Amino acid sequence: MLTVNEVEGIARLARLALSEEEKVRYARQLSSILDYAAELARADLEGIPPTASVLPARSVLRGGDAIGHHTLSRTDGLANAPRSDGTAFVVPPTLPGALSGE
Amino acid sequence: MLPDLSTLTVHAAREGLRSRAFSAVALTQAFLDRITALNPTLNAYLTVDADGALAMATAADARIVAGEDGPLLGVPIALKDVLVTRGVRTTAGSKILADYVPVWDATVVARLRAAGAVFLGKTNTDEFAMGSSTENSAFGVTRNPWAHDRVPGGSSGGSGAAVAAGLCCAALGTDTGGSVRLPAAFCGVTGLKNSYGRVSRYGLIAFGSSLDSIGILARDARDAASINAVIAGHDPQDATSLDAPVPDYTAALTGPDLRGLRIGVPREYFIEGIQPEVEAAVRAAIDGLVALGATCHEVSLPNTSLGLPVYYLIAPAEASANLARFDGVKYGLRIEGDGLESMMRETRGAGFGPEVKRRIMLGTYALSAGYHDAYYTRAQRARTLIKRDFDHAFEHVDVIASPVAPGTAFRIGEHVDDPLQMYLEDVFTINMNLAGICGVSVPCGLDSNRLPIGLQLMAPAFGEAIALRVADAYQRVTAHHLQRP
Repeated sequence: MLTVNEVEGIARLARLALSEEEKVRYARQLSSILDYAAELARADLEGIPPTASVLPARSVLRGGDAIGHHTLSRTDGLANAPRSDGTAFVVPPTLPGALSGE
Repeated sequence: MLPDLSTLTVHAAREGLRSRAFSAVALTQAFLDRITALNPTLNAYLTVDADGALAMATAADARIVAGEDGPLLGVPIALKDVLVTRGVRTTAGSKILADYVPVWDATVVARLRAAGAVFLGKTNTDEFAMGSSTENSAFGVTRNPWAHDRVPGGSSGGSGAAVAAGLCCAALGTDTGGSVRLPAAFCGVTGLKNSYGRVSRYGLIAFGSSLDSIGILARDARDAASINAVIAGHDPQDATSLDAPVPDYTAALTGPDLRGLRIGVPREYFIEGIQPEVEAAVRAAIDGLVALGATCHEVSLPNTSLGLPVYYLIAPAEASANLARFDGVKYGLRIEGDGLESMMRETRGAGFGPEVKRRIMLGTYALSAGYHDAYYTRAQRARTLIKRDFDHAFEHVDVIASPVAPGTAFRIGEHVDDPLQMYLEDVFTINMNLAGICGVSVPCGLDSNRLPIGLQLMAPAFGEAIALRVADAYQRVTAHHLQRP
């Protein structure tokens, strides 16, 4: 059973603000899903390699001609930004005491 | 004279457009009128782009008058709202993207646009395609056209309902764990789930990158074949789209003679708890295929029961990484906070709905230090067993037949408080995504509540042509796919 404390730790990693009610609910629901997932512990996986993708792994190098093919203009890139100054995305300061982005 | 929109197939629409029985503009306007009348009840569309659709129809009419022909030219279709469309709001069913207007087209959208298809609008979906009922949409549930108190299935529930209710000729959906096949089954339409890598995912708002596939909801297998011919194939913008020739899917539909075809029936898919009418309808459908000359063989997929736990670790893990991009900086909602990290936390906390948060949390946990090997890597190893099951079975049979879901459409609200119960709806569909194979969901009857039942025909990776051929053969001799709400 996950504790509310553990749920808070996961939410911190996931950058998710949760209400107190959500923390209690997720502790219960995630626990029951993880209990179900524990069924995997019973599977004999000795010597079985993991599958990350069903396609054969291959290295893909694109030709130089493709560069710029689907890049956005600055205007398009910023078109959906919640805040921008017309040339860049505007975000709050990342370090305490740093200059504001504006 | 306009045809009956509720039964109009893509090929019949093309026939009428080609012979000038009606114009693309008249056809599009008729669909828009029908959407205006029915969508307030069904909520199949989140965005209806009437002006854009009529402009596309006008352009299609000009091409038709100029003598151009093509399988989708002037045909009104719908797009699931996880496919980005230039200039048309694309929400992924989420508050976090409520006002997002893409500046570019997904590859499938660009291909359909070039083929002259008409986009009526964007269809409802569980938020970020996470769900089996469309109840997780931030913009309200879609109602099943067969019974308005029932779900349409999910996550492509808007597309399924739109096709079933005659609000478009066909629609695109996406399938990460059953999200094309389940709504196809619940809404009584034909659903094609493509193999992983068959169709470019460029411009599909990502959920589980090793599982996501783009598919089709249509009135019959023939329509699915003609649409797939347009959207399938390699795309340099998606390194996981396979550079392999695309077969002529329509030419593969060779008629009702199935002599020589071997059908596998997996014993693990006919389990206790399955609705008896579903089992009876699916077994009758298999008998119908045998009557066309196919042979029936019991097969075993012994690791079937690992599928749900594997999926509900791998898919959330991939989702937790993919959804990290929604941070209030580049696009979408932003809630200002006390500094950068607080802004991200508040934005995501306010913008994501309960199921998306649940999966991000689950995925973050499964990938976190100390648990990564026990959960994520272990799930990836069990995934290998599931894929091997199919590899072995397909050494002996050409297709595998099963129900799409254990039951028919359930009531709105029935599973909302019990995520695990909701996940069980995917028990027969998710293993195909884990193995990367393809398949078709075909209507095969109604239950005593007059709710549609789906037959699932699974084929090996890149075997879309054979799955479509079997579905088409079945539809040539049966009428289940012609039934309407």
